[in-house]
Amino acid sequence: MKTATKLGLIAAVLLLDACSIQPWVKPYERDRLADPIMSWDRDVISGAYVDHIYESREGSRGGTGAAGGGCGCN
Amino acid sequence: MNTMSKPYRITRLIVVATFLMARPGGGAVLPDDRADIFYSDYKGGGMDITGESVLVRKKFSENFSVEANYFIDKVSGASIDVLSQASVIKDERKQKNISLDYIHDKTQYNLSYTDSSERDYTSNTLHFGLSQDMFGDLTTISLGFTDSRDKVGENDGTAFAPKVEWLGHAESRSYQAGLSQIVTKSLITGVTLEVITDEGYLANPYRSIRYLDPTTPLGYSLASQVYPNTHTSTAVETRAKYFLPYRAAASLSYRYYSDTWGVHGNTIELGYTQPISNLWILEGRVRHYNQNHATFYSDLFPFAGSQNFEARDQDLAAQTNNTFGLKATYAFLPDGWKIFKRGTVTLDYSHIQFKYDDFRNIKYFNDTAAGGNYAPGTEPLYSFGANVYQVYISMFF
Repeated sequence: MKTATKLGLIAAVLLLDACSIQPWVKPYERDRLADPIMSWDRDVISGAYVDHIYESREGSRGGTGAAGGGCGCN
Repeated sequence: MNTMSKPYRITRLIVVATFLMARPGGGAVLPDDRADIFYSDYKGGGMDITGESVLVRKKFSENFSVEANYFIDKVSGASIDVLSQASVIKDERKQKNISLDYIHDKTQYNLSYTDSSERDYTSNTLHFGLSQDMFGDLTTISLGFTDSRDKVGENDGTAFAPKVEWLGHAESRSYQAGLSQIVTKSLITGVTLEVITDEGYLANPYRSIRYLDPTTPLGYSLASQVYPNTHTSTAVETRAKYFLPYRAAASLSYRYYSDTWGVHGNTIELGYTQPISNLWILEGRVRHYNQNHATFYSDLFPFAGSQNFEARDQDLAAQTNNTFGLKATYAFLPDGWKIFKRGTVTLDYSHIQFKYDDFRNIKYFNDTAAGGNYAPGTEPLYSFGANVYQVYISMFF
């Protein structure tokens, strides 16, 4: 059997095994993670607005899932 | 071209932010029904920009929800490099967005459309995204695609009946991928990758380059910027949030940015969230950003046309900025009222200090201590502080 085929089989077995991963944090253990203070971005408008401020002033853009529309060239 | 100061299109969506940042608790669940009223004020660098927005999100079943958002911002004043050309423009931008979310099993689909219009700039953006929970809902993978079509014009600055000359079009496509991972009972991490490609008219028509010109009293003259017609950028952000033992949260994120114009940027942000009883949530954040200048940027060119591409836009200059922010959220109506289950009011204040390493303040060319003129290229480096205020009320139903 060619090496590539062997590697493919091993990868397939690993992927199938990954499908049966048991969650190490059980659903009933996620109360802390579900607390609103753990949200990445609770307020949609505010998050988008702040990202827009930075994108309008900096050369960088993207990666934060940021926001807005228009040019803002003035 | 309203709002802040961007040489090229900003045409991605509000929904991308929430979509790529998967739910910390795991499991595909539509967000709460809510209605928001939002007001903001940005003051800094000679500009005063107010923003007003309303947002309504409503579930029509356990699987389907609609969100609509309207944002209007008004600018008065102008940034320093526009002021240097004696052009002060009042303008406003109106942005309408509608977003649909659909959940099937562990997959969430999102489709949204945004229309942004101002007198001299229009933008239409379509976004599609999906996210999939897997591995016992410990992992969420998100993918997104955004397509924007913009029309770019220049306002002649006439106060009451400004004329707009349309200069060209620009197209932008953004590809997003995100992964959110529950690591422990108290720690969640995430990584986001976004690649954006632009093509078309990408320059800012309100900015100019300057070049040495001994024949003028100032020693320099201004000329139009020349930008490349293409631009591709890559940004990667990693982040982590940790639930502290006494019910508080600390977060850390880092973003690396690189583009084909030679700009490399680093962003690092620290956040802390402290609830007080069930009534208050207090938050603080600090953010640091730095970048080098674009390859075709210069504060002062030796002569006009000395390079194929020439820019003197402060966004493309080498710069550093630091942010300090505070936010307080107060919960009211704990027992609900009519159709509303609860409400929150939020006050948010941020101070941002911008400092440029190779962008000079030519507005003050004749303000040397001795009362004479600065020689071109010796003017003070530009810096300014900006204050950002936000107030908003959110009603959940």
